[in-house]
Order: sequence, then C-alpha cells, then structure tokens
Amino acid sequence: MMNVGTITPRNSVNGRAHIGSTAFINARLVDPSSNRDEPGGILIKDGVIADIGPHLRRNAPEGVEVVDCKGHVLAPGLIDTQVFTGEPGNEHRETLKTASHAAAVGGVTTIVVMPDTNPVIDQVALVDFIQRRARDNAIVHVHTMAAMTKGLRGEEITEIGLLRRAGAIAFSNGKSSIANTRVMRNALLYGRDFDALIAHHTEDPYLSQNAAMNAGEVATRLALPGVSKAAETILLERDLRLVEMTKGRYHAATISCAESLEVVRAAKAQNLPVTCGVSINHLTLNENDIGPYRTFFKVRPPLRRDEDRVAMIRGLASGEIDIIVSSHDPQDTDDKRRPFAEATDGAVGLETLLPAALRLYHSNELALSAIFRALTSNPAKLLGLQAGQLVKGAIADIILVDLGQPWVVNKDELHSRSKNSPFDESKMQGRVLRTLVAGNTVYQYGVAERT
Amino acid sequence: MPEAETPRIETTLMTSATATVDVLHFTHRHLLTCEGLSAAEINFLLDLADTAADANRQTGKKRDVLRGRTLINLFFEASTRTQASFELAGKRLCADVLNMNVSTSSVQKGETLLDTAMTLNAMRPDIIVVRHHSAGAVELLSQKVDCSVVNAGDGAHQHPTQALLDALTVRRAKGRISGLLVAICGDILHSRVARSNINVLNALGARVRIIAPSTLLPAASERLGAEVFTDMWKGVEGADVIMMLRLQRERMQGSYVPSTREYFHFFGLDDEKLARAKPDALIMHPGPMNRGVEIASTVADHSRSVIHDQVEMGVAVRMAVLEALARNLPQ
Repeated sequence: MMNVGTITPRNSVNGRAHIGSTAFINARLVDPSSNRDEPGGILIKDGVIADIGPHLRRNAPEGVEVVDCKGHVLAPGLIDTQVFTGEPGNEHRETLKTASHAAAVGGVTTIVVMPDTNPVIDQVALVDFIQRRARDNAIVHVHTMAAMTKGLRGEEITEIGLLRRAGAIAFSNGKSSIANTRVMRNALLYGRDFDALIAHHTEDPYLSQNAAMNAGEVATRLALPGVSKAAETILLERDLRLVEMTKGRYHAATISCAESLEVVRAAKAQNLPVTCGVSINHLTLNENDIGPYRTFFKVRPPLRRDEDRVAMIRGLASGEIDIIVSSHDPQDTDDKRRPFAEATDGAVGLETLLPAALRLYHSNELALSAIFRALTSNPAKLLGLQAGQLVKGAIADIILVDLGQPWVVNKDELHSRSKNSPFDESKMQGRVLRTLVAGNTVYQYGVAERT
Repeated sequence: MPEAETPRIETTLMTSATATVDVLHFTHRHLLTCEGLSAAEINFLLDLADTAADANRQTGKKRDVLRGRTLINLFFEASTRTQASFELAGKRLCADVLNMNVSTSSVQKGETLLDTAMTLNAMRPDIIVVRHHSAGAVELLSQKVDCSVVNAGDGAHQHPTQALLDALTVRRAKGRISGLLVAICGDILHSRVARSNINVLNALGARVRIIAPSTLLPAASERLGAEVFTDMWKGVEGADVIMMLRLQRERMQGSYVPSTREYFHFFGLDDEKLARAKPDALIMHPGPMNRGVEIASTVADHSRSVIHDQVEMGVAVRMAVLEALARNLPQ
C-alpha cells in the first residue's frame, strides 16, 4: 500500500504561481477568518482566489477546468509554526525538501522551521541559506524562526534587527529555555524595537535536568526521572512578568498543562501582547500512552496527565490557546530505540497533524471552526502572514479534506525522512485529498505515486 | 590684562546672552551636577568660557587668577583628555596642579574614598577635580573636604564640564541654543554625558531627543526631559545638532546590543541617517570615538563635525569653572 498519493516535486512547480483558471465546485467551504462554513465553490485564477461563494457550488464559469469536490471540505492550507528539520547539519533526519513533502501530504501549506540546526540559524547568512534552499527545493511556503540567542546558548542576544530584515519571521530559542532572566528581558526589550515576536519554549532547565517524562504516578511506577509541570509554569510566569515590564511581543510556544493556561489567561486579561500554542501531541495523547517505555511518545514538553490534555482542549475552545503546532521533530530510529531515559525527545507530526486534530472534532470535543482557526487564521495573524484565509484576492493555498475517510497510520508510508511517529498504527478519520500552494496542486491523494 | 580686551568675534551673534545681565557670579561652592543649574548660571559660565576660548587662541595664554592656588586632579578612573584638559586649564590660570591617578583596584570601598579625601584635604588644596566610577562618589567626597570640588564624571551620573563645553560649542557655532533641536544618540543608560547634557540643554531652552535601543535606555527615560526614540531615522529627523555617545566595547557583544555590525546599522551615524537631520546640523561626539561602531569615519571627519572644537572648548570651559569657583574661595 505504498502508492497512496502523488507529490508534485519542486522542479515541475518552480516557485511560480499556477497559470490558468480552475473552479473547485460542490464543496463545503470552511474558513474561520471569514466565519464561513457553507456549501459553495472557489474559482482560482493565476494562483489567486478570484471568486468564492455559494454561487459557485454548482456552476463554474465557461472554459475553466472544473474539479468536483463531492461535498468535501475546502479550507485554507494549514500553517504550522513549529517544524524542526535537519537542514543544515542533520540532513539524514530531514531536509527542507522532505519536510515540505510531508507538509504537503498533511495539508500544511506553510511551515515555519526552527533554528535548532547545525549550525544554528543565528546569522543573516543562514536565514538566507534557508530561504534559498527552500525556494529551490520545497513545495510549500517555508519561513524561518531565527535564534534569539547566539548558538541558542541563552547568553547573548542575536542580531534581531538584521535577522528580521533578512526575513526571520520570529525569534526562538528552539528546544532550550533561557535560564538567565536578564538575557530574556533583553531579548524582549531589544526585540520590541523591531516589533519582533519572541517565541519561547518554557521549561526551567534546572528543574528539568535529566528528566525523561512528566513527574507523577506513571513516572514513579516506571522508575523514570520526572519533571514537574511547575517547571513549565515557573518559567512562563517569569516570562510574563518580563512581558509586563518590557511590552515585548511574546508567544509561549507549547504549553502543556492547566496551570500554564491559567497564567496565560491572566496575562491576556491584562491585555499583554501574549499568545500561546499547543502541540497536537498534547491535545491527543497523555502520559499513559507511554505504557511500557514507548520512546516514540517521549516528547518535550513531556506528555501530561489526561486532565491537562482536556484543559488544553478547553483552552482551544475558549480561544485562550491561539494555535496548534505539529512540533514535527524528526529523529533517527537509532536515537529513539534506546532505554527510555536515554532516548531522544521528539515526534514527527506534519502528516498526522490534521487527522489527529480531527479526532477532537469527531469526538465532539472541538468545533471544526475552532480546529481550523488554530491551524490557519490564528497562526497567520500571529506571524503577520498573508495566508490562512479563503477570501477573494488571497493566494490560493487551499486544501481539500475528506473529514470522514477512515485510515490507519503506517510509519513506512510517511514522507518524512524520519519515521518516529507516536501515531503509528493508529486509526484516523479524515484525510487530505488535495493540497494547493499558490494554485498549484502539490499533493493529490489517490493518484498513483511516481517513484 | 590685554587678553580681556580681545574682541569676542563669534559671540556677537549670540541671543541667549540677554539672560545673563543680572547674574554677576556663580555662587556655588562646588560644581557637582548640572541638575538645577539655571540658564543665568550656565550662561555666566559660558560667557566666561567664551572669553577664555578667545584668549586661548592668543600667544600669551596665561592669566594669573589662580596664582597661589592648588588644584588637585583626583582620578579614580582612567582618563586622558579630561585630565589633560583640567591640567591645562589650571596651568593657564597659574595654579599649582597636582595629578593623582588612583587605580581602581586599590580604592574600591566608600570608606577608603573618604580616607583619601581626608588625606588630600589635609594638604590644603583649593580645588579638587574628581572622577570616580561610582555615581554619587564625588558628592560624598565633597561633603568631607574644605575646598571646592568639581565633578569630572561620577559613574553614569554627571559630567558637568562636558555638558558645558558641548553647550559652548553649539552656542558658538549656531549663535544660540534656545529653540534648537538636539538629538543625543547612543548608550543613554550608562552615559553621564547624556544626563548632564539633557539638564543643560533643557535649562537653555533647547528641545532634546534621546535615541537608543531599548536595552540602552534607562527605566522611565521619558521622565528625563527628552523625547525618546528607538528608531534613529525618526529621532534625527530635523535635528540641528546630533550628539553621538561612545558605546563601551564590553556592551557590544550581546549583553546590551547583539553586535557592532547591527549597532552601526541601526544606531551608527552614517551619511544616510545624517541626511535626515537639518542640512546644517552639527555633528558632535565627546570622544574617544569608535569609528564604524557609533559613527562612520566620513561623518566623524565631515565639514559639519565640531568634534575638535569640543576639545578646544573643553579647556576654555574648565578655565571658566575654575575661575568662577575660585572667586568664591576665601581670599
């Protein structure tokens, strides 16, 4: 069952918008940015949405290519703001090209890659490198976060002004948290002058030292070193005090427990420039999934108790959590197949992001619009991207989704170069049928894959 | 004294001099801070310095107003130009000048500072010029001695003679200070020059702007009496005077600003940013300059750069300060 779909490689797209007109009719249009959820169609002309609405449900204009969506969902392409790759430095794990293929299959039309590479993306020339490599090889839009401290060491702030000019979309310290409060303050303060978004993974490095999973009953039974969720909340609270002081734009990259949500809620009530995200893992998995030391469930922040997972879903429903990320983090099988405490953190997630999120829709835990908002219009707003919406004049980054189709994840069919998926052999309901980037079909399900 | 009759050529354009009519002398015992100095007091010192500046261009530069007086330059922090300037000023006024450089390693505690002060006081000096790395140290010392004290820089707090020499330089070049738009750009957080200049310029009726990245701005900087800008292109817009500040080397590597390259790009005075100021804007720097960090070489050597005039006016202003303080000493 290898031939499940077709990816259109870069050389046949070449970065240009699609030339010509195509009408996608007989669809269910779902666009949170315009509060749209209704039957209709979309007319794409030269890579841009030329027309959209119920009037295109049955009828397409004369002389255009027509695609019958058979009642399936047309939604904006997803925007995933936390994707780790191995380029440069660890191309055996993932390249921008393979990540973009995985993204296309998962309906993700914009990825934001993290600076945790070798070398670290902390200089203008490296931002340039990513952009050039992405332009030449990737089939979805690629943006890069730059490191906010040199070498991600948490000691000296990077050239935030020049990096921003070079195109860095936000600043992050990647998987490591900044222990030095003064450095964090300076990053927020200095970043504010350039209207830079500071995205931070909050986990107290001292409390989380050597930790393998969430502290608690499960960790105790497994005799694994645990880290209390307080390690996350302590640093988050510190950061939010600094935001109050500096008024720098701050994004808590991935919160994972109810207490963190509480803290973010209070900061938002104060109208501080604060947003937060959650990874798909923390919405759909909990620490019990680790079972008998399954290292594919070892992620950061660690999977928490189910109460925390439910709190994350409520946070999304209420809008207090702004975005969902895949936190796609390709790792070697060799690095995962180790005793739990020694195994590397991380899980791939681009291809399973939407199907996993749709579990929450099928279980009536989240409205479809809440899921798509956190995956399209909210991340676009956060990063200032002209994307994530189905409106006239927008770039035609669009996905066609069959919400109901059942399937089983098989890690060998993943397009990511690494296969460390916690969802391997999981049942999913809902899959991406087609992915368009600037009007070009970059992925289509059900068409024999070229090799 | 033939020097006193030297016509004051450049000051004929002055308009701010009218404020000085009713002030005949400077009544303070010390010069510790610019905060609280009135326009009249400042103009009195500047007028005196103007005369000294003209006299300094003559062959016979010496006047004997400080004959028999002892001036001690007590420097706890390394300095070349300020110390030389004070030494020359004292010598031109015929004082006996003693330079004392106290290494920072041997004097670190407040108690030792006071001991030093008492020791020097016992030598019966008339004026002590002090530079110290801690804010407030000069004032502390002034409380323990019987002579006059001039603050030659205390930490990031005050450097009064620098602000006065900057004012004199501007006044001689522009003919006035009142109504001018002065942009001070650089490390405001650690700058005694900025604080003193803000006081003096405000007292004289100039509009002051301060420009720096937020990491180099002190808290509540908008309360200092200046408009605050973090965008230099906007900050220098329409300025009559641009005062650049020195960025210390240890602050360039990521602690306050990420790199010299980035600092120069966004906060260095180059031709592009200079073009935003008035076409006749003056370019100033208290020195020593980091070319290519806070100021482009072409700008430092620009025809509108008055950086060397600042050094010249430094001697004149220090002569004026010493003379004014000496008038208040017991005869």
